[in-house]
Amino acid sequence: MNDRERSISRIAAPIRTFAQRFAYIGLVFTAAMLMLVGKMEPAAFDRARAQVTDAVAPILDAVSRPLEVIHDMIGEGKTLLALREENARLRTAHNRLMQWQSVARNLENENKALKELLKFEQAPDTNSISARVIGDSGGAFARTMILNAGSKAGVRTAQAVITGAGLVGRVQEVGLRSSRLLLLSDLNSRIPVVIESSRVRGVVAGTNGETLRLVHLPPDVVAAPGDRIVTSGHGGALPPGLPIGVVSAVNDSMIEVEPFVDPARLEVVQVVDYGLDGIIEFKSSRTDKAK
Amino acid sequence: MKPSFWHRVDRFARDLTPFALTFVLMVVNAIPFHIPGFAQVVPLLSLIGIYFWSVYRPDLMPAAAVFLIGLLHDFISGMPLGVSVLVFLMVQGVAIAQRSFFSGKSFVIVWFGFIIVAAGALSTEWLLLSILSGELIQPRSVFYQFGLTVAMFPVLAWMLTRWQQAFLQVD
Repeated sequence: MNDRERSISRIAAPIRTFAQRFAYIGLVFTAAMLMLVGKMEPAAFDRARAQVTDAVAPILDAVSRPLEVIHDMIGEGKTLLALREENARLRTAHNRLMQWQSVARNLENENKALKELLKFEQAPDTNSISARVIGDSGGAFARTMILNAGSKAGVRTAQAVITGAGLVGRVQEVGLRSSRLLLLSDLNSRIPVVIESSRVRGVVAGTNGETLRLVHLPPDVVAAPGDRIVTSGHGGALPPGLPIGVVSAVNDSMIEVEPFVDPARLEVVQVVDYGLDGIIEFKSSRTDKAK
Repeated sequence: MKPSFWHRVDRFARDLTPFALTFVLMVVNAIPFHIPGFAQVVPLLSLIGIYFWSVYRPDLMPAAAVFLIGLLHDFISGMPLGVSVLVFLMVQGVAIAQRSFFSGKSFVIVWFGFIIVAAGALSTEWLLLSILSGELIQPRSVFYQFGLTVAMFPVLAWMLTRWQQAFLQVD
């Protein structure tokens, strides 16, 4: 009996090793195939990805809450310490903004009157959904975030994600109760923009780093540090005029843009439905071509 | 004598923990910490988990488990599918191949091994993603991420060692 067992194991062991090695090579091969398919058909795994994110979302939601509380408490402590200065700063800011308010009122009235004269077509009404940031891509290779609102709450792909300060990014994929936000700084992010003062068109591209790049400007256009960059509305997916950032540095090879929104501090964002379908597909999915 | 049913269930549950702990590390990676600039450079904790278990208990971290963790990592982090899978499998392959070298060696040697493996893993990841996206990714945050991952290794390895001593002693 014992002898028999030993002889079986003598035959079985190499087979086992072989099977393990074979399985390992098979898995490596599968990984390479996944990469290739994902490259050729970027939308191929979107549903699976959204489902996995959906499944992990409750865990992330639960874990991110206490962290947020701690973060808020630290923030509270800091503001308490700086209360006096903050008060003085807000007083001057308030005075300045009151002036701006009267300017804005005048302009609003003037604008309304001019629009009526021109029979200007109004942009459709907007709907917004507030969502909490529950996940971060965590790493040097992708700049995305996970939000705790999905298709159930009305979030759709390619919708704009904003805060009071400006555009944060766009919705990349949507699950039932979670969605993925592609930040402006992601390497794959491309937003059509204009330089606010000169109305020159360009594209703001992410670099995976802190700053953004302004590309595809017409030749011999000069951008200067301090120029504000806003969305142009071209492509029809985003409304014109959403603030993106300011030009922070200009050199021979590139124009750097400093975004208004620092994604690291984001806790709650607004997903906005501007009622725009977008004539440019956000991702190159070929299934929607028939539309 | 054959082990009782409950004994086997207990054994199985314990044997599952290396995978479960590595999964937890991956989820921790995805939590937003709200620290400016931290998100780009957060240490790659799941890499530590995979290396640690591949060196100390490769029987409990089979290639299929590594594959699954890599796949989930790609899904959750929003990276192109397959990149982390390939890199994690490579790390496991190297760790297992060098296992006889590591056995009985001091912790510093194992840490040193991890530094080399992590450098290889992150540069492979950088290369793969640069090829996939068609432009060179800024290597600066990759360097920082490498530094933090390597610095986190002793802390996590200590915790995982304690876990191993408490729950995974061969009886």
